[in-house]
Amino acid sequence: MEAYLFYIMAAVSVTAAVYLIFEENPVFSALYLIQTMVCIAVLYILLEAQFIAAVQIIVYAGAIMVLFLFVIMLLNLNIKEETKNALPFQKIPAIFMGIVLFTAICVVIKSKLLQGKQGEYTTAYVNSVGNTKLIGNLLFTDYLLPFEITSILLFVAAIGAIMLAKRKL
Amino acid sequence: MITLTHYLVLSAILFTLGVVGVLIRRNAIIIFMCIELMLNAVNLSFVAFAHYLNSMQGQLFVFFTMTVAAAEAAVGLAIIVAVFRNKETVNIDDMNIMKW
Repeated sequence: MEAYLFYIMAAVSVTAAVYLIFEENPVFSALYLIQTMVCIAVLYILLEAQFIAAVQIIVYAGAIMVLFLFVIMLLNLNIKEETKNALPFQKIPAIFMGIVLFTAICVVIKSKLLQGKQGEYTTAYVNSVGNTKLIGNLLFTDYLLPFEITSILLFVAAIGAIMLAKRKL
Repeated sequence: MITLTHYLVLSAILFTLGVVGVLIRRNAIIIFMCIELMLNAVNLSFVAFAHYLNSMQGQLFVFFTMTVAAAEAAVGLAIIVAVFRNKETVNIDDMNIMKW
């Protein structure tokens, strides 16, 4: 059951990603990206990361992609945008280089470099305490400083976005 | 049985598709979406490692990556809007003012 779900989600997410990079219309591209993100959220649930799955749906598919769609509609892009192309022969070498990159990553995965120490958070322990509670505990104890820096980063990003998008400074 | 390798290969496929998208597309917004796709692929491998190594750090890193991605998306889209206001296009071949 789990294996079937993984294969279905993997196939759908890869198909949607392929459509994303070859689609002419930016709105459809954004919708295909949302499809990929929802599939990845299902995979997170398979990996027992329920909190991350919920955040993936709410923040990525909900907030960030709505921002993308908003900007696409704001700019009113027409589909013929890409007819002017300074490097028309880039497509074939780019796909070739992508295959080379994929092969390189697979060689690294196949090698025995990727073996880490087993941690203390086993599935049974995480399920007894609760995934969200554990993440919250860690965020406010061991990872308090990165958490606070993240809040400053978001604040700066909000100010920066307003300043950049303003008509007259 | 689904192993760590399955997830890593899926993550590699998605990351490669993102890289190819950045290389072949000329629309700045679609290039930006391909960058988001790459971030998602890396997040997937983080969570897969965290699950198979019985660790929680992978999930926390994904949390921080998502925050950075949200900040990046807000600023990047603001830059695209500002460029569009000046040039009336988001085709990156027209953004060559810094090119010598």
